[in-house]
Amino acid sequence: MLVQLDRVSFQYSGHPPVLRDINLSLQTGEICALVGRSGVGKTTLLKLVNGLLLPTAGTVLVEGRETRLWDGIRLRRRIGYVFQDVGLFPHMTVEENVSIVPRLEKWAPARARARAHELLDLLGLPSASFAGRRPPALSGGQRQRVGLARALAADPSILLMDEPFGALDPLTRSEVRQEFARVQTQLHTTVIIVTHDIAEAFALAGRVGVVDRGELLIYDTPRNVASSGDPRVRAFIDAVPPRLPH
Amino acid sequence: MPVVQFWLTHRGELMTLLQQHVVLVFVSTLVAVGIGIPAGVAAARRPRLGRAILVAASAAQTVPSLALLGFLLPVPFIGGVGPRTALVALVIYALLPIVRTTVTGIRNVDPAVIEAGVAMGMTRRQLLWLVQLPLALPSIIAGIRVAAVIGVGTTTIAAAIGAGGLGEYIFRGLSMVDTTTILAGAIPAAALALSVDGLLALLERRIRRGRTTLAGAARAAAAAALIVMIFAMAAIARTGGGAVVVVGSKNFTEQVILGELLAQAIEAEGGVRVLRKLNLGGTFICDRGLRTGELDVYVEYTGTAVSAVFHEDVPRDSRQAFERARDLYARVGLTARDPLGFNNTFAVLVRTGDARALGLRTIDDLRAVERTWIPGFGYEFLQREDGYPGLVRTYELRFAVQPRAMELSLIYPALAGGQVDVIAGDATSALIESLELTQLEDSRQYFPPYDAIPVVRTASLLRHPEIGRALARLAGRISTDDMRELNAAVDLDRRPVQLVARGYLARLPRVEQ
Repeated sequence: MLVQLDRVSFQYSGHPPVLRDINLSLQTGEICALVGRSGVGKTTLLKLVNGLLLPTAGTVLVEGRETRLWDGIRLRRRIGYVFQDVGLFPHMTVEENVSIVPRLEKWAPARARARAHELLDLLGLPSASFAGRRPPALSGGQRQRVGLARALAADPSILLMDEPFGALDPLTRSEVRQEFARVQTQLHTTVIIVTHDIAEAFALAGRVGVVDRGELLIYDTPRNVASSGDPRVRAFIDAVPPRLPH
Repeated sequence: MPVVQFWLTHRGELMTLLQQHVVLVFVSTLVAVGIGIPAGVAAARRPRLGRAILVAASAAQTVPSLALLGFLLPVPFIGGVGPRTALVALVIYALLPIVRTTVTGIRNVDPAVIEAGVAMGMTRRQLLWLVQLPLALPSIIAGIRVAAVIGVGTTTIAAAIGAGGLGEYIFRGLSMVDTTTILAGAIPAAALALSVDGLLALLERRIRRGRTTLAGAARAAAAAALIVMIFAMAAIARTGGGAVVVVGSKNFTEQVILGELLAQAIEAEGGVRVLRKLNLGGTFICDRGLRTGELDVYVEYTGTAVSAVFHEDVPRDSRQAFERARDLYARVGLTARDPLGFNNTFAVLVRTGDARALGLRTIDDLRAVERTWIPGFGYEFLQREDGYPGLVRTYELRFAVQPRAMELSLIYPALAGGQVDVIAGDATSALIESLELTQLEDSRQYFPPYDAIPVVRTASLLRHPEIGRALARLAGRISTDDMRELNAAVDLDRRPVQLVARGYLARLPRVEQ
């Protein structure tokens, strides 16, 4: 197992638990989507995986090793992270943004550069015209792709995506999403994606988890989730016009 | 344009003062950057520490610059007459804007960007250097810009404690009541402020547009540092190494002339180089300079020495006053040499027109006008026991209005212009005649003798016998009339101090010892 959460709970001291008794595992190359309303603890779960937070109970294993035993900096350099606000470094060019983790990892400059160009080309941003631009000169969709390229640059074993397409208009959103699906099939990266859009989850993921009030209600294949009899899962699925996969 | 004329005739001096000014501003700003940015970073990261740092920096900023210089003068290691004290004060002033903009710059970095950096596995240090500082840089540069521009202005005040710079012209001009000289310092200072502002604004704009990076800014700073170092080296080379005698003076015309006269007389003896620290901001600063060894010699007045420096009553007899001063100085390792020959006592002055109309002859006669007249005095005179307090006690004067306190140099024009009605000036002032003023007789012999005496560090006198020979050449050779003439040559005829001093010295024979 690449990622394994074993009876994980998390709470800030003096506050009610954010996550309760979560069990979840993920194999190399799998895509898992976590769906749920805003504020149910999805982002917290991602931060438990990259070691920004440590569980108050239970264990989180990454590559077979507990996150509390990992050096946090090392761990995060092996894990790509994409989030809604993207957070591109506005003072760096697109190329500098994409190659940041390789550079932190002391790759040879030529190699870091080549990798950045390769990823930009792969994500449909021709490096010849995009490498030297700065984030403020990009559209929302372009920024999101640069953010994705940046997260993938140092060949991470896991990619965490927190509402990665949330800020995009519907058209761009489906475009970037397809781009992502195509790239993923090429790179076979393991992905945990957090979204409140269950259709998106069904479209992208091999496994879907539904999170509600800190609990993982179900964690299964899209088909099984879609046909779940659990009224709480049903309530969530039926609230959204479903576009079921075949 | 008389100012242009002035610059042309004072080219060399102007360049030196400009150099000193630039070096003072640059070095102080650089040091403030070195302290301010780390302090700002620490303050941005720890809010409680940050508040303390900002409060301290703000408090330092509120101390008036002259007062701050005054506080620093007696502090060991950093105090003293000269550029060192000025640098410390300038650094203190430059800190606040730099700290504040560093804090603002770092706190205003988009949290999403920080989050991305952390999630990318940046260490705190990498986050600071790769993300926070580069993004805060335009803000920090804006702070440095404010600090440097303030620095150019504050540095003019540093001339009061002998730090040099363009302020020398401003103070010299003030003491001579000469607008041209004031402008000769004020215009280049303003131009310097504008160009510093413009250059840094340019840098700020380039950074905001992303044309210059942190590394680029660092390179620019390094290049500027190199240029200023060369500047400073040149300035130091000009003052040179080797044996140096430092001559000081207070900040009014007579003192500057006497300082220059002393300097030229010592130079004429050969063997040592003379450094002039003229126009220092008062008795206290000159005395402090002598005792700390920053000055070797300056001219004091017997009455001032005994009362203002040593806080004793001054004997009314000229000879006794001198001997008392000599004994007191001897105890602190200083030597009072023979009087130069003139007595620059305080002169209570009124407009000649008033004196005639009201029949004023002695200070006693002022009681007739004490209900309506406005007195005006210098700060030192108001404060000193042998000044205003004793004067009104001795003559039983009760002025209805508080005396106006003003710069010594502004007092004469204020009297002539009618803003005040009676002042205390120098008996040797050339302005008495030219502004049509009349000296009231000190019928109760309130003012003690103020014979001019050179005061030298005894150690310097032993090390450099040239000083002794030069002082012997001047002893007893300057009468009150001579002094008034010298003052008139500078104050009224606008002749350069150097030339006036040179002409006078040429009339005095060298002394063989």
